[in-house]
Amino acid sequence: MDGEAEKPIATSAPASRRRMTVTEHSAPKLGRGVVLRFDETRQRWVLLVPERVLAPDDIAIEVLKLCDGQRSVGTMADELAAKYTAPRADIVADVIAMLQDLAESGFLIEAKGGRP
Amino acid sequence: MSPTLTDASPIRTDAGGRADGLDVLERGRSIAETYGIPLAVLLEVTHRCPLQCGYCSNPIEMERAGNELTTAEWKNVLTELAEIGVLQVHFSGGEPTVRKDLAELVRHATSVGLYSNLITSAVLLNRDKLAELADAGLAHIQISFQANDAELANRIAGFKGHAKKLEVAKWARELDLPLTVNAVMHRQNLEQLPQMIDMAVALDADRIEVANVQYYGWALKNRAALMPTIDQIDEATRIVDDARDRLKGILDIDYVVPDYYAVRPKKCMGGWGRQFFNITPAGRVLPCHAAETITDLDFESVRSNHSIAWIWKNSEAFNKYRGTGWMPEPCQSCAFKEVDFGGCRCQAFALTGSAGNTDPACSLSPLHEAIFKTAEREAATGSNRYLYRNFSGGTLEPDAGYDS
Ligand SMILES: C[S@@+](CC[C@H](N)C(=O)[O-])C[C@H]1O[C@@H](n2cnc3c(N)ncnc32)[C@H](O)[C@@H]1O
Ligand code: SF4
Ligand code: SF4
Repeated sequence: MDGEAEKPIATSAPASRRRMTVTEHSAPKLGRGVVLRFDETRQRWVLLVPERVLAPDDIAIEVLKLCDGQRSVGTMADELAAKYTAPRADIVADVIAMLQDLAESGFLIEAKGGRP
Repeated sequence: MSPTLTDASPIRTDAGGRADGLDVLERGRSIAETYGIPLAVLLEVTHRCPLQCGYCSNPIEMERAGNELTTAEWKNVLTELAEIGVLQVHFSGGEPTVRKDLAELVRHATSVGLYSNLITSAVLLNRDKLAELADAGLAHIQISFQANDAELANRIAGFKGHAKKLEVAKWARELDLPLTVNAVMHRQNLEQLPQMIDMAVALDADRIEVANVQYYGWALKNRAALMPTIDQIDEATRIVDDARDRLKGILDIDYVVPDYYAVRPKKCMGGWGRQFFNITPAGRVLPCHAAETITDLDFESVRSNHSIAWIWKNSEAFNKYRGTGWMPEPCQSCAFKEVDFGGCRCQAFALTGSAGNTDPACSLSPLHEAIFKTAEREAATGSNRYLYRNFSGGTLEPDAGYDS
């Protein structure tokens, strides 16, 4: 066979690079290798990622918990706007900015809808 | 192994001003409060390995299969680690996939809430085994490569495994496993560093760990065949800086600098007994994976009647070089003593005969000059044959004209 393994390794970035662009229609979820859990010993939520343990702030925790791959960013904003009786437009902007940063760190993947 | 385990500053490009609401947990810990249980622990589940890398940091005296902890014992260890607050475990060795119970151990780790990373040469994996590990909850895989060119890679490893590694890396990505390429660099492969970085990109890895060889165990025996020249090191630094710029958002690059040519030593293990321990194949609990090279220290085992938390907190070996109280001059009155904690205890032992001395990698050590000169001389010898790692004291590579 003219097997894949024989091919020289290309030097350009592969197409499958997984950085997503977050929009109101994205439905992000935590990638494999990213775990959000409560740390009983230290009594706080932690985000476990390769080689590091991150300590999300309260807002990040709340948003990360909503990243279930089902909810769209728009729906998250609806829920948060209702909960905090804050203007939805502000919330959408903040949530998108936060999720985009998380996505760029490689922690979030697109579950459905929008293109990676 | 990860520089995040050995450097204490797990923050790379993301210091301060983050919009994503994340902070790195360890940064929050003050020096005074530090001896809480580490977040991550290295588990060396075996010393067995089909490869024979001359740069291997494993001890010369390796643990035989018969002394390894059993499946049940490792499971108890995992349960106990989770209970005392460890969050991540790194399965390493030797070659961890030699153990037939690895997937079972990963599954157990997952069930008690631990995040599992696998540090592997990958040559013993097949797609089914890898899928089984992923199903068991494996969260991250690190595959080591010896070079970019197969012939050189196989020679360094003393094993024809390079092609298989490429294949396993591909499967890892197919299974959506976060992938780190581990590249241990030395005189005989540094010229391929740019290609190794390109290889990591082509394999769609998330990270590459470029680690200059640290001279412990087999690597110390092979120092003359491994020691780079100063020019090579300067070039490597330039290549890494350039690649970091070029590959921002594509590939994270961790770089472990070589400390023989440094002015100040590395903050080894983030300070002895401060934020790291590892467990040997036979269950001894060590402040660093090379600590058994310090032959005048005794290490407690998980097979003793002490708990792991007790060993961490109270055992003599952990307390001996903790903090700064033990330090001799020039460290004791040095402004950097809480920055690097006097460097590496194992290196101090290997090069000065006492683990309680200043690491000679420090330019203030009275021995620095002599050791630096030796390193330079060794780099220039052109004696390139490896002493291959094995259970019978090592085998010198056949003479095929590698020496120059
Ligand atoms: C001892 S190995 C065990 C796991 C596996 N056999 C492997 O080589 O990937 C653990 C990690 O340490 C790295 N390593 C080995 N010897 C080293 C040394 N002398 N200095 C720095 N890193 C080293 C390896 O590349 C690997 O990533
Ligand atoms: S560094 Fe090489 S010899 Fe050492 S355990 Fe890993 S693969 Fe085996
Ligand atoms: S003298 Fe000791 S504390 Fe000061 S820089 Fe050197 S190793 Fe570090």
